[in-house]
Amino acid sequence: MAILEVKNVGKRFGGLQALGNVNLSVAENSVHAIIGPNGAGKSTLLNVLVGKLIPDTGSVMFDGQSVLGRKPYEINQMGISRVFQTPEIFGDLTVMENMMIPCFAKRDGAFRMHAIESVAQEKDIVGKAENMLEEMKLIDKRGMNAASMSRGDKRRLEIAMCLAQDPRLLLLDEPTAGMARADTNNTIDLLKQIKEERDITIAIIEHDMHVVFSLAERITVLAQGTPLVEDTPENIKGHPKVREAYLGESQDAA
Amino acid sequence: MFGLDKKDAGLLLIVAILALAAPFILNPFPEGSAMAQFNAGYPDLMQRLVIFGIFAIGFNILFGLTGYLSFGHAAFLGVGSYAAIWMMKLLTMNVIPAIIVSVMIAGLFSLLVGWISLRRSGIYFSILTLAFAQMSYALAYSVLTPITGGETGLQPKYTDPRILDGALPDGQMPRANLFGLDMKDGFELVMGNWVFTFNAGYYIAAVVMLLSFYISIRIFRSPFGMMLRAVKSNQQRMNYTGLNTKPYTLAAFVISGMYAGLAGGLLVAMDTQVGAERMFWTASGEVVLMTILGGAGTLIGPVLGAGFIKYMENIVSKINKTVLEQWFAFMPDGIEDVMVALVYPFVGKGWHLTLGLLFMLVVIFLPGGLVEGGQRIGNLFRSKKAKDTSPDGSKTPAE
Repeated sequence: MAILEVKNVGKRFGGLQALGNVNLSVAENSVHAIIGPNGAGKSTLLNVLVGKLIPDTGSVMFDGQSVLGRKPYEINQMGISRVFQTPEIFGDLTVMENMMIPCFAKRDGAFRMHAIESVAQEKDIVGKAENMLEEMKLIDKRGMNAASMSRGDKRRLEIAMCLAQDPRLLLLDEPTAGMARADTNNTIDLLKQIKEERDITIAIIEHDMHVVFSLAERITVLAQGTPLVEDTPENIKGHPKVREAYLGESQDAA
Repeated sequence: MFGLDKKDAGLLLIVAILALAAPFILNPFPEGSAMAQFNAGYPDLMQRLVIFGIFAIGFNILFGLTGYLSFGHAAFLGVGSYAAIWMMKLLTMNVIPAIIVSVMIAGLFSLLVGWISLRRSGIYFSILTLAFAQMSYALAYSVLTPITGGETGLQPKYTDPRILDGALPDGQMPRANLFGLDMKDGFELVMGNWVFTFNAGYYIAAVVMLLSFYISIRIFRSPFGMMLRAVKSNQQRMNYTGLNTKPYTLAAFVISGMYAGLAGGLLVAMDTQVGAERMFWTASGEVVLMTILGGAGTLIGPVLGAGFIKYMENIVSKINKTVLEQWFAFMPDGIEDVMVALVYPFVGKGWHLTLGLLFMLVVIFLPGGLVEGGQRIGNLFRSKKAKDTSPDGSKTPAE
């Protein structure tokens, strides 16, 4: 069953057709990768999914409900969490506080005025955040300022923050961009482990073919704002259309 | 204690002791001595110190936690003052209704201003709040003269209705009181050459300040306070964590507006008059200076900053040429004149110059304000001690 259903989505920026008639269906509990060369519309599509952009045409259904016209925080509360290309965390706060905020958001919703209780008294939130840090092997950094962590740890923390909300769909925007090979492999292992341990759907936008072929069960190739092919990794690897999109018109490039 | 951890309770206790012993602490020099002009222990100034402390504590909840820099908070102070004086004219000279209503009216007004201004962030937010404050000032100064008294301002009159109070005896002016305790009541304690003044109004303002400070600590330590710091840190992540930033910032804005209204009401309770100049943009700028000078985002910083600026405004500005000549009288005539000429621009009416220079020094060398200065001095002592006991000298990170 599809948890995310994108139908006929189009988006135009001035004279540029960023997305033209995109159809995409992500099956529940699968890992679905969206790949494509620069300017293919991957980021635009992602921004449509999280409510940052509203498409000109088409519909986006998540679990039977339309996400169009909803604000990013409302879409998040529906069960879609997003991991950014450069880790977006609360740099001025400690790692523990970073971890507690999504726990509060999960329990209390988009806004709650609890101004008199102290944070330390919220035993269930503290416990949940500690467990999550433990699981992500970040517990010894709990008192650290999040901004002073390494790039890899920031990525881990951001993923942990998303998971703390028990999302049904985790969107990753080039999660290994700018990472060293070792960090990339760590991230791949982490995502594999997450997939094994939870009922979660993962949609991943990625440049790095190594990451895509290590993780994805289905792959959609975008080019010039339209899906070119959708298939299993094995079939995508040798697909002539994909080679053409990535390597250019010339068929005998090799 | 009171739901605070040890460190915060200690801080509250220190502030309480300082506030309650202020008549002693601020009057360290004997009467009639050359240094007596540095004494700040007279009621009018002590009241201002704590009332502007409240104003700055509230401002810090908005600016220190969320990072939204309001340039129009004097409007809420002014609205609170007008509300308080109308309570005194219509209802009673008792300060309780005046203060409660000033907080409520300022809260409502800040809800309106915040609702509109918080559509934008950064510099545009600051400009919107500034525009609102200047509009309020202009309205109070001219268009709304029937309500605000315009240029002359407002004060309680013998002929006001005051429905809860009995008729005043002939010729007696209405005086602000707390169930009969006159705000200007007090007594002087003479110890040798020292004179300490204890004033009812000051102690009422000080207790309200301690209460405000306590509430601010609770807000800082609450999940709500953590969310406000998260707003300052990364709004994008807030939105993508399912949190709506608007009500959080609006709530912070209204709370700080209510603090400003409380300060405005207390100003009227201590000195029963209001003028529109209280809402002028320089008054809004002053609270920004207080907060940054003391240390934005710290608990005690705004109180220190408010005290520092109000002290300078009242004490440094009193130093005139005659005083300077007395100071440098021991020098040979020529050098004395040079010294007086050199120092003169920085005192008296030139106190703003001194304040400006100090502000520049603090912002450049102590971005965390006076609080950071205190921490650095504290660390200096601590690391010396640590070197004696443990060779690795591990420092605990400063709060």
